[in-house]
Amino acid sequence: MTPAIRIDSVTKHYGAFQALAGVSLEVAQGEFFGLLGPNGAGKTTLISSLAGLTRPSSGTLEVMGHDVVTDYRRARMKFGVVPQELVFDPFFSVRELLRIQSGYFGIARNEEWIDEVLDNLDLLPKANANMRTLSGGMKRRVLVAQALVHRPPVIVLDEPTAGVDVELRQGLWQFIRKLNRDGHTIVLTTHYLEEAETLCGRIAMLKAGKIVALDSTRALLKQFASHSLRVRVTDADAALAVGGVIEDGSWVTFGFDAYADVEQLLARLREAGAGVEEIQIGEPDLERVFVEVMNRA
Amino acid sequence: MPDRESERFSPWIGFRTLFYKEVLRFWKVGFQTVAAPVLNAVLFLLIFSHVLDRHVTVYGDISYTTFLVPGLIMMSLLQNAFANSSSSLIQSKITGNIIFVLLPPISYREFFTAYVTASVLRGLMVGVGVWLVAAPFVDLPMAHPLWVLMFAVLGGAILGSFGVIAGIWADKFDQLSAFQNFLIMPLTMLSGVFYSIHSLPGLWQSISHVNPFFFMIDGFRYGFFGQSDVSPWLSLAVVGACFVLLSALTLSMLARGYKLRN
Ligand SMILES: Nc1ncnc2c1ncn2[C@@H]1O[C@H](COP(=O)(O)OP(=O)(O)OP(=O)(O)O)[C@@H](O)[C@H]1O
Ligand SMILES: [Mg+2]
Repeated sequence: MTPAIRIDSVTKHYGAFQALAGVSLEVAQGEFFGLLGPNGAGKTTLISSLAGLTRPSSGTLEVMGHDVVTDYRRARMKFGVVPQELVFDPFFSVRELLRIQSGYFGIARNEEWIDEVLDNLDLLPKANANMRTLSGGMKRRVLVAQALVHRPPVIVLDEPTAGVDVELRQGLWQFIRKLNRDGHTIVLTTHYLEEAETLCGRIAMLKAGKIVALDSTRALLKQFASHSLRVRVTDADAALAVGGVIEDGSWVTFGFDAYADVEQLLARLREAGAGVEEIQIGEPDLERVFVEVMNRA
Repeated sequence: MPDRESERFSPWIGFRTLFYKEVLRFWKVGFQTVAAPVLNAVLFLLIFSHVLDRHVTVYGDISYTTFLVPGLIMMSLLQNAFANSSSSLIQSKITGNIIFVLLPPISYREFFTAYVTASVLRGLMVGVGVWLVAAPFVDLPMAHPLWVLMFAVLGGAILGSFGVIAGIWADKFDQLSAFQNFLIMPLTMLSGVFYSIHSLPGLWQSISHVNPFFFMIDGFRYGFFGQSDVSPWLSLAVVGACFVLLSALTLSMLARGYKLRN
């Protein structure tokens, strides 16, 4: 089957600065995919290249098998983006805006779907309100609605939950999950790693324009120490010699697989002369994986 | 499968919607975008005609006020056609909502045509507005309506296209007003809106002949009076060539994604 997204050796330069340093990536149809990375890693640049908002310096990108430059009409028909920036057109009401956006995608009559989207995003009461009068979170919901007017099979959400309240966040994920179950491919960027962990089946981590990790969420969690032992010690250097990773001040973290290993670890710390003052045991989570991947890369 | 749904695409609807949106954008604030420029032009007319009407006649027996009206109509039309596309684009760029027209499958030709056509429409509306308001006060003939329409549309399209270039190039509003104040305004003012260039000393006459705005206004005026400073065919050739050149330039900027898809 054609991949939903195919990115092949894409680079992007802004003057001397390299925002993307050769990214290759495939996302299969029906995936719920996470694109993670620190600020400035190049996530938005990659998404903009897919959307045709940015021209890559080299490499090719395809959406559902359509090159985003040479076959842009088909590629864009199949692609919906929720942009990171909270942008809106102050001249129009929510419904006007969605009608206009449908028209841009060649759809003359779209009321039924517009109503369904508005309903799912709890926007029906605001349908006739001017964009200017909406709160920040509501404007973001409209951005989601705008991305969906043409029912794109591939949907990319660039930090859709920044500044959004708990209720909408849950409602939004419910809706996006439903779209995913119906066969839409979802790509998500977020800095809330629990969100990515529960939603995404596969994750790519980006750092300085390069992919530094790419695997299923489960495998990533497993690969990078399944559990963690955090200890506060009197002598952090001594603890580091045992093989930990320093976090802040006197906290040092170790990974371990089985609880039986904890005893040995503590024994080695004692031998090394790093007096243990406090202990925390952490279940594996994506945040730990993320920190470790970023430190290694 | 959601895939088949999106296979159909009608570029015509995309273009039509963008055009409609651009029209709605100025029409919703029509007081500023149509009524205000009409008022402006009428004020010009009142002042100049009051001062000069009795002292000046042009083309023999045409009163100065009558002579002035087509020039004012054209000047307002041109300035507003420019203002429309340029301010729409820079606003969209600064607020960031330009992405909503860049994300859809709209080609750069459709994009160009929609913005320019909407600009022409606003220019025509302002022009007709000035004409309607002035009509009761002057006895304005219309010798060749087709020439009037042709120059109005071509002039509007040239300035609409120029507005697309300026709107894409400018990063800030003051860069745009520099365009307007240092290029568009002087060129229109010195194009013979307020005088027939035959009344100018020789050097200034020759300078006027390299100003494309002169040909737009002179050709437009020919449509009303059947008389003009130069042959209307020459004006048509110059204005037509300007339109082709400027459109080609604008289209090539858009095709490269200059500043819009960088
Ligand atoms: N138009 C531009 N001109 C110059 N540099 C740019 C431009 N756009 C992005 N960059 C740079 O490219 C790098 C990647 O930016 P990008 O927005 O893709 O990061 P990101 O991963 O989305 O970050 P965030 O998590 O903060 O959204 C940054 O260093 C940014 O400053
Ligand atoms: Mg970003």
